[in-house]
This record gives sequence, C-alpha cells and structure tokens, in this order.
Amino acid sequence: MINTDVVIVGAGPTGLFCAHQLGIIGLKCEIVDNLDKIGGQCIELYPDKPIYDIPAIPECTGEELTNNLIEQIKPFNFNFHLNDRVQELKNENEKWIVKTLNGKEFLTPNIVIAGGVGSFEPRKFPTKSADQFDGKSVLYSVKDKTIFKDKSVVIFGGGDSALDWAIELSKTSKVTLIHRRDEFRGAQSSVDKVKELQKQNKIELLTKYSIKDVKGNGNLESVEIKHDDGNNKEIKADYVLGFFGLIMQLGPILDWGLNIDKKTIPVNTENFETNKKGIFAIGDICTYPGKLKLILSGFHEGALAARGCFKYARPDEKYRFEFTTASNTIKDRLGLKE
Amino acid sequence: MFPHTCPFFLINYINPMAKIKYIEHNGKEHEIEVANGLTVMEGAVQNGIPGIDADCGGSMACATCHVYVKEDWFSKLPDKEMGEDDMLDQAFEPKSNSRLSCQLTVSDELNGLIVHLPEKQI
Repeated sequence: MINTDVVIVGAGPTGLFCAHQLGIIGLKCEIVDNLDKIGGQCIELYPDKPIYDIPAIPECTGEELTNNLIEQIKPFNFNFHLNDRVQELKNENEKWIVKTLNGKEFLTPNIVIAGGVGSFEPRKFPTKSADQFDGKSVLYSVKDKTIFKDKSVVIFGGGDSALDWAIELSKTSKVTLIHRRDEFRGAQSSVDKVKELQKQNKIELLTKYSIKDVKGNGNLESVEIKHDDGNNKEIKADYVLGFFGLIMQLGPILDWGLNIDKKTIPVNTENFETNKKGIFAIGDICTYPGKLKLILSGFHEGALAARGCFKYARPDEKYRFEFTTASNTIKDRLGLKE
Repeated sequence: MFPHTCPFFLINYINPMAKIKYIEHNGKEHEIEVANGLTVMEGAVQNGIPGIDADCGGSMACATCHVYVKEDWFSKLPDKEMGEDDMLDQAFEPKSNSRLSCQLTVSDELNGLIVHLPEKQI
C-alpha cells in the first residue's frame, strides 16, 4: 500500500498543474491515468492542433503544452501510474483506500478527480453477440501476436492500427481487412502496402462493409458482414479484431457515490470539493455555475483544490500562502539553490 | 402585407431561425427552432435533446454528436470537411448518411432539416 497526500485521477493538463500546486505547497501525490502516456485529451485527441488560449502562450500544440507541464513538475519527482485505472474507493478512518485495475493500492486523505470526459477505452463492436467472445476471440488490442499464427483473422477499421496489424499479421495468418468506406484514415504508405498485399492475395480487402453478427457455439466460427447496398456475406474467422478508435467513458467514477449531473460532477467553487469529503473534482469533469471547459479554468481549479487537500493532509498545520518569487521554502521544493 | 416594416416580423431579420427536427432512436420527435449560425449539435445540446453527447464540445475530436441525416436532405448539406469521415469511422454504427452534427451550421437552407439520432453515441 502506497501512502500519499493526494491521488490524482487523470494526467491531463489540469491534473498535471494540480500536481505542480501540490508540490509547491509541500504535499506529495501519485498520478494515475488509463492511457499509456501523459497528457490526456491534449495528447490523445489533438497533439498537433494549436491551442491559442493558454495565458501568456500565444500558440502551442497539445503536445508542447503537455511537455512543458511535465517539465514544470519534474522537481517534485511524482510517480505516474499509467495504463492503469482507479477502480474502487473505500473510506476508512477519515482516509481513502484507492484500488486500481492493476491491483495497486493507495492510502490517502485526498483524491483529486481530473478525469476530463472520462477514461479512454476502445470502442467495441455494436453487435451484442460479440460480447460473449470479448477478450477471447473478439479483441480490441493485440498483446501477443503469436496466437494468430495460421489462423483466420478478420480485422475491422480504417485507421493506422487496423492497417498496421493487417500488414503485420498477413505474414503468418489469413487476414481479411474490412472497412466501412473506400478511403482510409491511416498513413498513405500503409494503405499502399495493404493494396499491394491484396494484389498478392495475402490480404483480402472488403470495403463498404460493416459488422452484422458474430457467430459461433462456444468458439468463434464466423462473422457476418453487411454491404452498404444491403447484401450480406459470411466469413470464417478464428479471431476478430476491431480498431474503431477510443471513446471516453466515466466508467468506475459513476460508482463512487458522487453526485453526477450530465456526465459531470458538481463541486463548490471554494476548493472544488465534491459531495464526498476529501474527493475533489477539477477540469472538464467538474461543473458549477459559470463553468467554462477551458484549460485555464482547470489550472485555477487545480490550484484551489490543492489548498483544499492541504487541510486534510496536514490537519495540524495552518496553510500559509507564499509566492514562488519570494519564498525560500518553495525554492527548496523546486530544487533551486540560493 | 409589408412584413419588413412590421415590428412583429422584425425578429426574423434580427435573429433568423430554422426549424430542425431531431428524431430519437425510440421515435420521439423534437422540432426545435435553432438560430442561424449555431450548429445542429448546439441546437440539440442547448435544448436538452437526449441522444447527442458532444463530448469534445464541437472540435471534431470525438464522434458523439453523430446523426443520420434523412436521405433527401443528405445531398443538400455542405460537403464534409477533411477529418469528418475519419471521426465518423469511430462513431457508433456509422452509415452512408452519417454526419457529425457539430459540423452542420444552421442557415435558412437547412430550414426543415430532419436528423435521426443513433441508438447511442458511445
């Protein structure tokens, strides 16, 4: 069990700046994020898109903003727990026991939810029949490619993941790639490669088809697909892979007993605490009268939530406001020598 | 007789609106007057029509304002911009008449538009 002052759920810009503010006031924190990288929506949805409304930064991309925030909190050496998700909260003696999907446990007086619009999860097939094979023969990511050797693999999607895996698996498996339209959003070089492999009969490419049904009795046997013109087709399959991008879902956050209003969590604007003592919500996921879903609002919310955390993390100390320009204590925390 | 001089009609010049009909997956219809210049997505969100999530707020970064445009309307809409189809690939059950409603700006030309909402957005 890891003892800490604050667990931050979400490593987007808001979570990162809140961590900075916690470091400045002398608290420790642990940051958990479902993605395999730091940055949240900034890095997953728009790494290359310019942002124009960060105060004092006329223009920067989501990736630059993320890198600068990582740089800014470096002196504090906080731990990141990526590829993991906070699953369960339990209240015990005025503290929270936080359990993650990968089995990590934290003991903390404070949790700051900076979860944006929720955690990113792969979009699954809409067909209910696919659920019974989920994780066995219907997959949304590849962990071990050797399981596909000499098998019939049907891949759905038109992005880089679908194209790259179609190319890779065509070396050892019978691959069918199915996409809902003729154009692909993946890299042109990959599209060209797939079409070349199609000519060599190493990949079967079917476009303007979408999934209709998944069939099998215990074991997956085939997938039924539907053409835009209404005709159906059945393809033998040992494995079905779906690469439809990521969707955002609140997931377990819904089970923590928090008030929820249209996918957001109501908070007070004094310290951004929710209806549960010691649980704060900041950034896109919180709501209050006048809320703006801007990164700069998230920064402000994180700064105030950090002070709210101080109260529970250091109940016997009085919080003292200091400026970074003047305080030697803060300079020490930042690792700056006089 | 001279509507442009009559104050009762003035509102139409100051704040032109178009009627947009949203039909939920269960068949429930909502006909809303949406101000020109807003998007079909904003019209739904501002009027609390269930079935449009718009998680990214209209930046074409998600696919949760996905609608099916009634066939005879589909060809009358402005063409998709680059990137819209890429996002639609990631929508729930996209069809040939799918659009992202955040990319449909309401104007006089869209008066009477009918959109069907998918079973769900995520």
